Amino acid sequence: MQTGIEQIYQQVARQVFATLVRLLKDFDLAEDALQDAYLSALEQWPHDGIPHNPAAWLISAGRFKAIDQLRRRSHFNDNLLPQLTDLESGFYDFDPEREMSIHDDQLRLIFTCCHPALAQEAQLALTLREVCGLTTEAIARAFVSKAPAIAQRIVRAKNKIRDANIPYEIPAQNQLPERLNGVLKVIYLLFNEGYSAASGDETLRNDLSSEAIRLARLLCALLPQEHSESMGLLALLLLQDARRAARIDEQGELILLEDQNRDLWNRAQIREGLEWITRALQLGPVGSYSLQAAIAAVHAEARDFAATDWRQIAALYQRLYTQEPSPVVALNHAVAVSMMTEGGGPEVALTLVDELLSHGQLDDYHLLHAARADFLRRLQRPAEALPAYEKALSLTSSGSELRFLQRRIDECRQAADKKN
Amino acid sequence: MKYLALVYYQESAMNQMSQQEWDALNRECIACVGSLQQSGNFLDGAPLEQSPSATTIRVRDDKLLVTDGPFAETKEQLAGYYLLEANDLNQAIQLAQKIPPARYGSVEIRPLRELQEEGNSGHNAVN
Repeated sequence: MQTGIEQIYQQVARQVFATLVRLLKDFDLAEDALQDAYLSALEQWPHDGIPHNPAAWLISAGRFKAIDQLRRRSHFNDNLLPQLTDLESGFYDFDPEREMSIHDDQLRLIFTCCHPALAQEAQLALTLREVCGLTTEAIARAFVSKAPAIAQRIVRAKNKIRDANIPYEIPAQNQLPERLNGVLKVIYLLFNEGYSAASGDETLRNDLSSEAIRLARLLCALLPQEHSESMGLLALLLLQDARRAARIDEQGELILLEDQNRDLWNRAQIREGLEWITRALQLGPVGSYSLQAAIAAVHAEARDFAATDWRQIAALYQRLYTQEPSPVVALNHAVAVSMMTEGGGPEVALTLVDELLSHGQLDDYHLLHAARADFLRRLQRPAEALPAYEKALSLTSSGSELRFLQRRIDECRQAADKKN
Repeated sequence: MKYLALVYYQESAMNQMSQQEWDALNRECIACVGSLQQSGNFLDGAPLEQSPSATTIRVRDDKLLVTDGPFAETKEQLAGYYLLEANDLNQAIQLAQKIPPARYGSVEIRPLRELQEEGNSGHNAVN
């Protein structure tokens, strides 16, 4: 029975919490109320049976517990009286079923935790804590930080929400697009934190990525109107995450897309990602997450690296560049062009990259020099490739990249010697 | 709730404006105040003379210290303030984004607190 109750609780806890925050207007009070309601459920449900609407039951019990606690506290603190009166006024006609506008409450919670008036890192921690229900310790491990530091970050954010009176609301229509962008950014950053294999506990990093996917799913489900970029982001995360098992070798080193064993890709997740990106592209407008997802989709659909539709990838990067004119996007475009058999190839790509360099862009970015070296190597110009590889080597400190570049440098030396 | 919107900009950059441009901006500010008054969100507000006109005082050991200039040398200088009535931060942001100098410098939005005999907020005890 107890495990059954715990399962039900886990399923609805964050929804119940979101509604309690709205009713109680206080994060900490809502968290205590949720815990108390759970304890009551553990006591009462084994005797009375599981209520037909467990979430409504927990909301009702939690609210009752909170009023109880406020009553006790108000003996010592008059400041709580208005809050208490406010809550008690609707006490007898309170209908927990009517309060189940749970969808809206979860959206409210997401928008509040991702409010731009909070520092970005506070938004990340707060979202994980309040929306996903992760413990402070788990968040700290995932961010390779210390629990007290994360706890303090969360406390400060909650204080700001209280003191500056950040409202618990879904933004008005005229602010919605901008605020949604902020929410998508938080989800994207959470995913990347979990996806980049730099350091930290790997299982926790996987958790972080799955939480990000869960959040993106939740957002797509909750938004009152379909939103193409939310779908695009969900597709992007699903497609990238589908490669998880293939992208790290037994030594924990990154495996390039080119060398990945595609049998290890999660096909079910790829199918789901493809469905979402198709819907996003049909709905439009096509934003940067959708374009990145479309690129990931082209890779996902290729049987192997050689069979990749590079023309399409180059076109997508070009379109992404118009929305996000960053040198890194331009570099990726050049790499895709270098792979095209018609109208492209390494020679065309080389001029694109040299163009970037002539504008003083990315000169200290090792991947640019590695790409440039690779074009030269494929053009059978090892003597010119050599210094480019060396420059790339001098700019990176990653072990696997150093070994890869050193191998290429040795190859070029041999090839250059042969030519002479 | 009351919010103070503090208007900052680089005085040196504003000084590049012609008198006509400067006057046009000030007329925009007059209109902004007018519309905030009409919606009932304007409690008080005023532009300030430039920062070289500032005098900073401190009292230490009952002694008054007076120095020339603003409290801190910063990139942007305090140029004026609006005291706004708003339901919450989102409304305060919506109101403050209409303040014309927000296009040139920045506007800091701070909630006001009440002075009480005890239990005052606005303080984070270290212990």
